[in-house]
Amino acid sequence: MAATGNILFSGVGGQGILLASEVTAYALLSAGYDAKKSEVHGMAQRGGSVTAQLRYGDKVYSPLIEPGRADILISFEMMEAARYLPYLHAKSKVVVNTQQIKPPAVAMGKIPYPADVLDSISSRGITVVSVDAFDIARDAGEVKAANIVMVGAMSAFLPMDVEVYENIITTRIPERFREVNMKAFAAGRKITA
Amino acid sequence: MTDDNSLWMSGNEAIAMGAYEAGVKVASGYPGTPSTEIMENLSKYEGVYTEWAPNEKVGLEVAIGASFAGVRAFATMKHVGVNVAADPLFTASYTGVRGGLVVITADDPEMHSSQNEQDNRNYAYAAKLPMIEPSEPAEAKDLLKDAFELSEKFDTPVLFRITTRVAHVKGVLQKGDMRESAATCGIEKAPAKIVMLPANARARRKVVEERTAKLMEVAEGDAFNRVEEGDRKRGFITGGVSYLYVKEAFPEAAVLKLGMSWPLPEKKIKEFAASVDELFIVEELDPFLEYHIKAMGVECHGKDLIPNQGELNTAIVRSSIDPDSAPELFAPAELPMRPPNMCAGCPHRGVFFNLSRMKDVFVSGDIGCYTLGFLPPLSAMDSCVCMGASVTIAHGMAKALGDEGKGKLVSVIGDSTFIHTGINGLINSVYNDSKTVLVILDNRITAMTGQQNNPASGHNIKGEAANAINIEELCHAVGVKHVEVVNPHDIAECRKALKTALELDEMAVVISRAPCVLLPEMKKAEHRPYNTKTENCAGCMACVKLGCPAISWTNITPEEAVAKGYKEKQKGFAVINEVQCNGCGQCAALCKFEAINREGE
Ligand SMILES: Cc1ncc(C[n+]2csc(CCOP(=O)(O)OP(=O)(O)O)c2C)c(N)n1
Repeated sequence: MAATGNILFSGVGGQGILLASEVTAYALLSAGYDAKKSEVHGMAQRGGSVTAQLRYGDKVYSPLIEPGRADILISFEMMEAARYLPYLHAKSKVVVNTQQIKPPAVAMGKIPYPADVLDSISSRGITVVSVDAFDIARDAGEVKAANIVMVGAMSAFLPMDVEVYENIITTRIPERFREVNMKAFAAGRKITA
Repeated sequence: MTDDNSLWMSGNEAIAMGAYEAGVKVASGYPGTPSTEIMENLSKYEGVYTEWAPNEKVGLEVAIGASFAGVRAFATMKHVGVNVAADPLFTASYTGVRGGLVVITADDPEMHSSQNEQDNRNYAYAAKLPMIEPSEPAEAKDLLKDAFELSEKFDTPVLFRITTRVAHVKGVLQKGDMRESAATCGIEKAPAKIVMLPANARARRKVVEERTAKLMEVAEGDAFNRVEEGDRKRGFITGGVSYLYVKEAFPEAAVLKLGMSWPLPEKKIKEFAASVDELFIVEELDPFLEYHIKAMGVECHGKDLIPNQGELNTAIVRSSIDPDSAPELFAPAELPMRPPNMCAGCPHRGVFFNLSRMKDVFVSGDIGCYTLGFLPPLSAMDSCVCMGASVTIAHGMAKALGDEGKGKLVSVIGDSTFIHTGINGLINSVYNDSKTVLVILDNRITAMTGQQNNPASGHNIKGEAANAINIEELCHAVGVKHVEVVNPHDIAECRKALKTALELDEMAVVISRAPCVLLPEMKKAEHRPYNTKTENCAGCMACVKLGCPAISWTNITPEEAVAKGYKEKQKGFAVINEVQCNGCGQCAALCKFEAINREGE
């Protein structure tokens, strides 16, 4: 049995994590992999920390990634990347959106937003790719496509060709958003490829 | 591996498709994570009548009625919903069915979105009903169809248990064949079977025992429960999502996978136990299988090793059995918590802000988005037990406290929750003379579970126009004399309404009415955010104390204050994030320094 690949998506409720994880899942499926994805619905979506866990391989049983076994962490908010440190291993790849969303205690001025939060990951020798997804998406024409910029940046760490993702964007995303998302994907991909 | 015919679906989407393929004709449910998307998806299929019921008891009774009329019927609810529906459930076990009847119980180990993590397998035992438990989406669809056949063949409602990691997990599956009920639709009178007065019920009680014996025979077969060959040094008995963790943690081992958690196949279990050196029962939450297997006289490991709280996963299963296998992990970084919060522009905030100012008031809470009013900085909820319990608990406290409770007891409840089980409590409060205040937070929708319509919304499950309950008339009808409707975004008006109601010496209702900001029509409305004129900000923090996610505070030093033209002692300033702001204006009303404005005003 070939080893199972594990992708952990993290961020804040409302950031478009579900769509990003869906595009990635469809890309893996169209490359012939089995996959399972675990999502968070309900209460946590109201601005709380959220994750989606995506696993792929010849045959996937468990929908949950084991601690220490996330091969890729793609975080849509900076500090949220560090929250999942125990899920990483020495060879994990971390793709982080540098956007900061203040949690309540920070927004109320009680504590500062943690400084150098990505150092806690890179100091362990883990590859960290920072992506200014918001600005890149704006340049592509739509800030809401930041999640697809992130998928583009992450895609270089997965075995599928660019065409596979392009095909998914063409078939799965409503036509009026297609072009922007194509551009967003390509711009993200350029960062890592 | 996947091919072109593969579908990618969540457990809940798969179950909706399974219900459609099973030929379900009538389905009723009440929202509740992690069950909600089943009914939402099923409502999109042609030829199935679907509805949101006001609560789970109503929903199940509707399904029982449809079954009595000879069609396949379906009820969906979260685990705690079964508590509400337990009354019809236990007696439907005696009446049996005509059309197949399956009841979904969606359990939530780890309490991702719930107030408790009860293990509803216990209901199968207690109600003497068969229970089917899938491990993943594809299996959920197939087993659901089998469950309807089992229901008709053995004349029994069937409990179908899923957990969060089945409901909200996506997996690969295929379309299936369409099936049909063996029953015929029509009125058929069978009083001895479905009029449950004592004489008839006693006769049916015997039938239930005979039925369980027959179901045990089914359990002994391979239809639901299978042995997967493997190394017999260690054998595992497991079911539901735990099966998946066992397969990954111990891929070589022999496994008895139970797709039917009740009744149990005693012969099969004993044979399997005898064939392995050591037997492990791996199950989430209660030692349900373990206790029943031990009662068979079988020796096994179970909760001596495996946790009985929270979810399991592969790592927990592996390290519980092989403690040395636990890998070394990177230590977690110390980070501020990020709990969920009421949205920017949420109408509930206006009510809780006012309640947070009334320090000697006890706020008897209820369940919904507004339960987040508990969190700082508002911290304006003092109890929350179950749906509908706000008004009743306030009443109980009032009776206990007597004069001491006067003017100090407020209960808060959402519109959906009020209709779910709040109305009965309000009737009691009026009848037994409560003298407390009930605030009904009417945001026109069942927000917490993802904006489902309810009997006060004016729309049905498909979004079509429907009769809408008039909440104020309903309150008057049950005998409340003082009913005041307020706009919660108007902080001052809202405070006045609360004060007036608290001063009355009678049961009073305040209806806080403004639409949820997540409603599609609110999202489509013109975005008119407020902005901050920071030079006017005096650092009083009045707006920050609302706890709105669109408002943030920046600390400054005395030097920075002077440089910005503030008084030296000003500690910081507030800024509104205009992308996030939904323009509710609550903060603008609180600002005394004209630092919060809106374009064109
Ligand atoms: C018996 C039971 N059924 C369902 C749920 C799930 N649930 C909790 S609150 C709620 C309804 C919330 O709607 P509403 O009262 O209108 O408040 P809102 O979220 O809109 O503020 C639901 C469906 C539950 N906790 N208990």
